[in-house]
Amino acid sequence: MTKNIMIVGVGGQGTLLASRILGNTVINEGYDVKVSEVHGMSQRGGSVVTYVKYGDKVYSPIIDRGEADIILAFENLEAYRSLPFLKKGGKIIINNQEMNPMPVITGVAKYPENITDKIADMADATVVDAVTLAKQAGNIKSVNVVLIGVMAKSTDIAYEKWIKTIKETVPEKFVDVNIKAFDLGYNL
Amino acid sequence: MQKLLLGNAAVARGAYEAGVTVVSSYPGTPSTEITENIVSYPEIYAEWAPNEKVAAEVAIGASIAGARAMSCMKHVGMNVMADPMFTVSYIGVNGGLVFCVADDPGMHSSQNEQDSRHYAQASKIPMLEPSDSQECKEFTKLAYSLSEEFDTPFIIRLSTRVSHSQSMVKLQERESYNLKDYEKNIGKNVMMPANAVKRHIEVEKRTAKLIEYAETCPLNIEEINEGKIGVITSGISYMYAKEALGDKVSYLKLGLAWPMPEEKIKAFAKKFDKVYVIEELDPVIENHCKALGVKVIGKDVFTLLGEYTPAMIKEQVLGEGVPEFTALEEQIPVRPPVMCAGCPHRGTFYVLKKLGLVVSGDIGCYTLGAVAPLASVDTTICMGASVSAALGMAKARGDEWSKKLVSVIGDSTFMHSGITGLIDIVYNKGINTVIILDNSITGMTGHQENPTTGKTIRGEATKQVDLLALCKAVGVNRVRIADPFDVKTFEAVVKEETQAEEPSVIIAQRPCALLKTVKYSGHCTITENCKKCKMCMKLGCPAISADGDGVKIDLNQCNGCGLCVNVCPFDAIKKED
Repeated sequence: MTKNIMIVGVGGQGTLLASRILGNTVINEGYDVKVSEVHGMSQRGGSVVTYVKYGDKVYSPIIDRGEADIILAFENLEAYRSLPFLKKGGKIIINNQEMNPMPVITGVAKYPENITDKIADMADATVVDAVTLAKQAGNIKSVNVVLIGVMAKSTDIAYEKWIKTIKETVPEKFVDVNIKAFDLGYNL
Repeated sequence: MQKLLLGNAAVARGAYEAGVTVVSSYPGTPSTEITENIVSYPEIYAEWAPNEKVAAEVAIGASIAGARAMSCMKHVGMNVMADPMFTVSYIGVNGGLVFCVADDPGMHSSQNEQDSRHYAQASKIPMLEPSDSQECKEFTKLAYSLSEEFDTPFIIRLSTRVSHSQSMVKLQERESYNLKDYEKNIGKNVMMPANAVKRHIEVEKRTAKLIEYAETCPLNIEEINEGKIGVITSGISYMYAKEALGDKVSYLKLGLAWPMPEEKIKAFAKKFDKVYVIEELDPVIENHCKALGVKVIGKDVFTLLGEYTPAMIKEQVLGEGVPEFTALEEQIPVRPPVMCAGCPHRGTFYVLKKLGLVVSGDIGCYTLGAVAPLASVDTTICMGASVSAALGMAKARGDEWSKKLVSVIGDSTFMHSGITGLIDIVYNKGINTVIILDNSITGMTGHQENPTTGKTIRGEATKQVDLLALCKAVGVNRVRIADPFDVKTFEAVVKEETQAEEPSVIIAQRPCALLKTVKYSGHCTITENCKKCKMCMKLGCPAISADGDGVKIDLNQCNGCGLCVNVCPFDAIKKED
């Protein structure tokens, strides 16, 4: 059985690093894995989506509507947008942060209200203030690793395995901050 | 040893293992990381060339000189390098030669959705199409031995989901490869008519041999299962089909995308009541089957547009619906890409919009200058067209009209193919104004060095093309450097230069805000002097948004670049540490 995890956010939020830590961790567990990323123009502050799929054998690298077991959302509006991709009974983890897209900034569209409440009414949602936790860990950019920590708790992969891949994936001088960030998410 | 690799990184690994020693490319999403990964192998000479044509010619030269060589590009880059490609098909190779092209179905980061498989057929160069990272590596290696065996360059065709998906790859050692001897061979390497006529005969013989090879090629794989449905497919579409249809159908997967086998396809199709061809974009396999008289279902049920998904394949072939999902009733605002906070282009477009100029645009982050609220760019066609198309506009509507017209082009794009347009302006007496957006890097594709940055692909210092001297050298007398964040001066410079009765170039100089060397600090805040005029919101900065009838600045996004401070007419925005 393939496990489907979607990471959604805004270009520049560090979703790619999150997908790498996740991908490398499940590989060490002996699974087949595919991680599908988007590079280039859409990274410039646009919606970004990464798919991570693992299991005995993975064919398609993409995830369709109604197929995601877990969605890791870095921003509220992107969480909302991704909700149709969540499998019935799936879990969505949301970093409670609002970033206005350009149509909202220019006033042609409105940012929907109370997104996290609405999602919680429709799905199993965990809402996290990852920005505060990242600051607490010592670097606001570690929001991605805080969220990985929250998600790790709901997988059956052991704590040490995650720490091992963080050490292997992030540059040495950021290892301590990122482990701290992971712990803050994991122990929530 | 196994490793999780991007398809692009796996192609680079394949080149490394095959003993490649020369790689020359121009960056372009989704192909860029192939060459970036090549850099991690010190045994290989790697470079960013000014454009894809130059890059391909460097690789061709290396092959003629006896090395295994590679050149990588996005689909539209293949248009630029098509000229040497069609002729090197006649020349063939000495050392193995591979061109990698990455298509972008769905246009994640491209201006069109062309299907590069047509190039294989048109140039008579065989093409391999991998469907995951392991195949990217294997196919690349095989391409080199086949290239030398059949005396032809090979094309590896990728697409976004192959290039930018990571999957497991088994790593092997690098093969030792000795340079092939270099021998002068005018009949083979000098493509003038008398020689080319003879070489064309060889090309047709070669194609006939390759068609024969396609019948037994180990990359064309039959997978027979129960059931009465057969599927012919290749590349990423195979993965989608396999996920959607599993063992309920049988497959013929064409790893050799051109030329395609004939007997193998006929024999496969005979076994089934229904045969589907599943391929993104154009009906290339489908048309081949139909020409063979094989009845297949293809584009009559599958779209010519965008990316495929397993769900759509399942629906068409098995008639099964998609899984249940939560539909949203509320309208969700889209989030298109935007220029970053601190982007130097923002100052330029703010001024161009304010002056109401017609803006002939180009390919790069600054294409986003077409998006509201700046909505300044009028046209975007291809690399370099901002300059030459503007000359055409000026010739169509006259010099007076062209005083309300500017071209905008990035430093790397100007090197790529803008300089030739500028020469056309000078030579043919245009009075156009060209603004070179010099942000000290190739931005959109993720920060590659280029001839104007003074660094090579490996970050070594090198001779830096002097844009100002270059423009003067081709005959532009009026060349000025201006800072687009100094909006008052910049506006005055644009006004002066567009009014001039001769060609002019403005080099808008300010580095990309994402460069590590750029250290903006602090942030900007709205003070009580704010008159709520919303002038700052015309910048389209992601950090500035409406707050009731006023304005607020998001401190998490603001990097303190200070552009908004410069445009506020009431000195109501302050920079704080």
